[in-house]
Amino acid sequence: MNDTALVLRAIDKRFGATTALVQASLAVRRGTLHAVLGENGAGKTTLMRIAFGMLHSDAGTVEIDGAEVSFSSSADAIRHGLGMVHQHFTLVPAMTAAENIALGGNGLFRAGDVAAQVRSLVERTGLAVAPDARVSTLGVGAQQRVEILKALAHRARTLILDEPTAVLTPRESEELFGWLRRFVAEGGTVVLVTHKLQEALSVADEVTVLRAGTQVLTAPAAGLDVHALVRAVTGEERTGPPLRTRTRLATRGPCVARLVDASARDARGVVRLQPVTIECFAGEIVGIAGVEGSGVHELVRLLAGRLAPTSGSVMLPTTIGFVPEDRLRDAVIETFSLTENLALRDAATRTGRMPWPALEAQTGTVIRAHNVRAPSPATPVGALSGGNQQKFVLGRELEARPALVVAENPVRGLDILATEHVLRELGISADAGSAVVLYSGDLDELLPMADRMFVMFAGALSEVPVNRSAVASAMVGAMVGAS
Amino acid sequence: MRRPDARWAISAATVLVIVLAVMALLLAGGHGISGSLAAMWNGAFGSTYAVLSATLVRATPLLFVGLAVGLAFRAGVLNIGAEGQLLAGATMAMTIGLLVGGLSRTLALPLVLIAGAGAGAAWAGVAAWLKQRFGVLEVISTLMLNFVANYIISWAVRGPLQEPTHVYPQTVELSDAVRLPTLIAGQRLHLGFVLALALALALWWFLTRTAAGFRVRAVGASVDAARSAGGIDAAHTAALAFIASGALAGLGGASEVTGVTFALYEGISPGYGYSAIAVALLARLHPLAIIGTALLFGALEAGAAAMQRDANVPSVIAVVIEALVVLGVLALDRARSRRMS
Amino acid sequence: MTDAFGEFLQASVRTATPLALAAYGELVAERAGIINLGLEGAIIAGALGALVGAGAGGVGTGFAVAILAGCATAVVVALVVLWLRADAIIAGTAVTMLALGLTGTLYRTIYGTQGAALSVPTVAPHALPLLSGIPLLGRALFVQPVITYVLYGLAVALWWWMTRTHAGLALRATGERPAAAFAAGISPVRMQALALLFGGAMGGLAGGVLVLAQVGTFAEGMSAGRGFIAIAIVVLGRWSPLGVAAAALLFGGASQLQYVFQSLGWPVPYQLFLALPYVLTLLALAGTQRRAVAPAWLGRALEDDAR
Repeated sequence: MNDTALVLRAIDKRFGATTALVQASLAVRRGTLHAVLGENGAGKTTLMRIAFGMLHSDAGTVEIDGAEVSFSSSADAIRHGLGMVHQHFTLVPAMTAAENIALGGNGLFRAGDVAAQVRSLVERTGLAVAPDARVSTLGVGAQQRVEILKALAHRARTLILDEPTAVLTPRESEELFGWLRRFVAEGGTVVLVTHKLQEALSVADEVTVLRAGTQVLTAPAAGLDVHALVRAVTGEERTGPPLRTRTRLATRGPCVARLVDASARDARGVVRLQPVTIECFAGEIVGIAGVEGSGVHELVRLLAGRLAPTSGSVMLPTTIGFVPEDRLRDAVIETFSLTENLALRDAATRTGRMPWPALEAQTGTVIRAHNVRAPSPATPVGALSGGNQQKFVLGRELEARPALVVAENPVRGLDILATEHVLRELGISADAGSAVVLYSGDLDELLPMADRMFVMFAGALSEVPVNRSAVASAMVGAMVGAS
Repeated sequence: MRRPDARWAISAATVLVIVLAVMALLLAGGHGISGSLAAMWNGAFGSTYAVLSATLVRATPLLFVGLAVGLAFRAGVLNIGAEGQLLAGATMAMTIGLLVGGLSRTLALPLVLIAGAGAGAAWAGVAAWLKQRFGVLEVISTLMLNFVANYIISWAVRGPLQEPTHVYPQTVELSDAVRLPTLIAGQRLHLGFVLALALALALWWFLTRTAAGFRVRAVGASVDAARSAGGIDAAHTAALAFIASGALAGLGGASEVTGVTFALYEGISPGYGYSAIAVALLARLHPLAIIGTALLFGALEAGAAAMQRDANVPSVIAVVIEALVVLGVLALDRARSRRMS
Repeated sequence: MTDAFGEFLQASVRTATPLALAAYGELVAERAGIINLGLEGAIIAGALGALVGAGAGGVGTGFAVAILAGCATAVVVALVVLWLRADAIIAGTAVTMLALGLTGTLYRTIYGTQGAALSVPTVAPHALPLLSGIPLLGRALFVQPVITYVLYGLAVALWWWMTRTHAGLALRATGERPAAAFAAGISPVRMQALALLFGGAMGGLAGGVLVLAQVGTFAEGMSAGRGFIAIAIVVLGRWSPLGVAAAALLFGGASQLQYVFQSLGWPVPYQLFLALPYVLTLLALAGTQRRAVAPAWLGRALEDDAR
C-alpha cells in the first residue's frame, strides 16, 4: 500500500529553446508538509503546474495516491483531490468570495446555497472569509484564504501552495503555517513551494531542492542545516552574505531628491500612498523593504519621476535612472534593437534628428562595460537572455551618471552572476556620487547594500535601523499599528 | 511551435486561398476565368492609358490614405476612419475651392489642399478627443464618423453646395485655378501622385530619422516602456499622430477632388479608407513599402473596374481580395512575433 | 396624438429588434472578453443568407440559413483570433470587410443586375391575445413579428443563464480574469469560441430579421453599421441583459424620430436622422464609464499559459 500522495517522476519540460525541467522528480508522502525549494527560475512553479494539470510535460509521469494519472486540465486534478494556491492569485476580483469558490462547478448556480456552504467551511476550518465580500475589496491575506477555501470546497486532500508568503506580513505567514500544520495533522498533505530557506526549515517535514530544472536533494527537514541547503540551491559555496564592496560613508553628500507629504494613487484611482516624507542624499544607498501591494510600486515611481503625486511636494534631480521590476513591459521594447532601446532614455526631450551613429557607439560602450552578451547593437532586445537584458538596462540607466538611481527589485529572477553584477554596479554608482534607492523583496539582498533602511507598509513609510530583526519587527509593528 | 518556414507556408496559403476564392466567385457567376482575368490585367496594365490613367490614378488616393493608416497604426492608433477623414477633406476642399476659384493657381490650389488636410485632421481630432477625454475606443468612434461624413456629403450636395439648377446631387465643377495639373498630356495622372510620393518619402524620413518619429514608433511598440523608460507622454504622442493621420487622409480627399473628379458627389470614394488598411498592413507599415502596395492595390481596383465593364464581374470582388490579404498578413504577423519569444 | 405615439413606439420596437438580437450576441462575446468587430459581417452575411434561404424554402429556411451564415463569419473570427492569435480588432474588421465584399459579389453574381426587383415574403406582425390589448404598450410590444417575441424570450433566458448557472458564471469569469477561470478547470479558449459562435448566430439572425421581417429584399451594405451600433448598445447597456434591451429600444426610437418630425411638419434634413444613431453611439460611448463596468479583461489577449 502506497503512502505517497503525489509523485512526479522524471518530468521533462521545454518552452521553445528554454529547458525548464530535466528529469525532475518529487515524492510527497501523505500526511506530511513537503517543502520544494529553489531559486527563482529553478522550475518549481512549472513542476507544480504540471502536477495540477495546467501544463503538460514532455516526458515523465504523475501519480496521485500511488496510481498513475494523466490530467488534461486542472479540472481533472481537482477531481483527484488536488488543490492549488497560486503565486499570483487566480481569483476574479469583480466577483464575490462565494462565486470564486464555486467557480468550475456544474449545473445550476444558487448563490444562497453556495454562501451557506462557504459559511460551514469557514466554521470547520477556521479560515475567516465573508462569502458575499467582493474579492477586490479583500486584503491579501483574506484573498489567500479564499484561494485555500476554493481548494477545500472541492474536497482537496493535497494542497499545493506556490510562494504563499511572498505577499504576507510575518504575522500572516505565521498564521498560515499554523493552519497548514493543523491541516497536515488532520491527515492532509501540503506541498509548499518557496525560495525562502529559513521558512522551509521551520515548518516542513521534508524538503526537496530543485536546481536548474532538476531535483538535487531530498531529505527530512530535521537535521538539515542552512548552509547545506544553500549549497544545494545555488550549486556553489556562498562564502558569506552577498558582496558589499564599499564601506558605509561617514558623511553623505547633498540632498538630491525629496518627497514631502507626498501621496499617490494607482492607475485605478485607489490611494496607495499615505503622505510620505523621505530624503535621498548623494553617495548613499537607501533600502526599502515592503511586500507587494504596500505602496512601494507607487513610491518608487514617485521618486523616479514617473508618477505625479496627488498631494504634497516632490523635488527631484534632472537626471534620474530607473530600473523597473517588470523589465519586458516597462524597461525595454523587445522588438527594438539595443541601440533603439538606448535611445529611449532621452526620447521624451530630444528634438530634431536622431543621432544614430553616436547612439550606436554609446550602445557599444554599454555592451562592453557591462558584459552584455549580444551579437551587435542592432540585435533586438527580445533575443537576449533575461540577465543580459537587465545588465543592458542597468548600463543604459547608469551610463549618463544620473544624480538619482531608482531600482525596483532589480535582481529578481536573475542568476547569481547577473545578480552580483547588478548589485555591484549599484554600489559603484553610489560611490561615484549618485543617490541610490533600492527596493527589494529579499532582505538578504537589501541589508548588506543599504546605508539607511525604510519599511513600507499599507502606504506608510517608516525609517528603521539597518538590521534584520529591526526591519522584521517594524513590519509587524506597522501592521499592529494599522489595525 | 512556429518555425521560419511557417511564414512561407502561410504566405503561400494566403495566395492560394485568394486565387481559389477568386476562381470560385468567377465560376459561380458563370464568368469565364481567362476572359475575366484578361480583362483585369488589361484594365491595370494593358496599355499606357491603363497604367497612367487608371492604375496610377487609383493608386494616388490609396497612397495618401495608406500612409495615413500606416502612420496611425505605427503609433498604436487603430484609425479605421480614414474613409471619413478623406471625405471630410474632399468636402472642405470643394467648399474652399468654390470660394477661392477666382484667385491665381499658385495661391488658390495650396489653400484648397491645406484646407482639405485641415478638415481631415479635425475629423480625426474628434475621435482623438473622444479617446483622450472619455476613453472611447477609436475603432468604433472613427467608424461612426465615417457614416456621419457620408451623410454630411449627402446633405451638402443636395443643399448648400448643390449645383445651381438643383437637379443633380452634386456640386459645380472646380475652376482651372484650383485643379491639380496633369503630368502627361492626354493622361489623367496628376500632380497629386507626385505629392503622395513625396509625402511617403517624408514620412519614412520622419519615422526613422527624427526624434518625434522615434517617439511615435516607441509608443506604438509599447506604451508602457515608452512611458516608463522614455518618459514619453504616450497619450499626447498618439493623439498627435492620430491627427496627422487624419490630415494625410484629408489631403487624399482634396487630391481626389482637385485632381480627378473636380466635383463633389455621393460615393466619391469607393471605400479607399478601408482598402488603405490592406495597403498599410501588407506593407507592414513601412512608408516606402506602402508606395508599392498602393500601386498594387491601385492596379487591383483598376483591373476590377475593367473586369466589371468588360466581363461583367462585380468589381466589389476586389474588396474580397483585400480582406483576404489582411487576414493573411495577420497570420504572418503572429508567426513572426512568436519566433521572437 | 396617442395614436401617433403608439405607432412610434411600435415602430421603435420593430427597429430595435435586429439591433437587440445583434447586441445580445455581442453581449455574450464581450462578457467572455472578446470585442467582436466581425458582428457587422455576421449581419450582412445573415441578410444574404436569409434571401437565399427564403428563395429556396420559405421564411423558416431563410432564418436557418441566416443563422448559419452568421456562424460562418464567427468561425473565421474565432480561427484568426483564437488559433492564429491575431489582434481581435483588426481581424474583426477584416472579416467584416470580407463579408461585405463576398455578399456584394455573390449577390450580383447569383441574382445579376435585376436583383433590385427581387423580393421575398416577409413575416407579418402577429398580435398576442390578451397582451396586445394593454393600452399603449400592448400594441407596441405585443403586435410584432414572432421574431420579436423570440427576442423577449431570449433576453430572459440569457439573463437567467448568465446569473443562475455555472456555465454563465464560467463565462463571466473568462471575461474578468481568464487565468482564474483556467485555474478552476475552465477552458477560456473554448468559452470564447462558443461565445463568438453565439454572437455570430445572433448577428446572422439580426440580418435575417432585416430581410425577412422588415425590408423584404437585400441590398449591398444594408447592415449599415448596425453591428457597430450593437457594440455601442452593449456599452450603453452596461453589459447587462436588461440594460441592453433598454439601450436597443433607445436606438430604435432614435431611428424612428425621422418620421415623427416629418409628421409634425418640421423641416429638418433627413440626413440628420440617418446620422442620428451614429452620433448617438458616439455620445453613448463618451457618456458611459467603460472602465468601471466593463468586463475587466475585455479586449485583452489570453495569456499563453492560461488558455
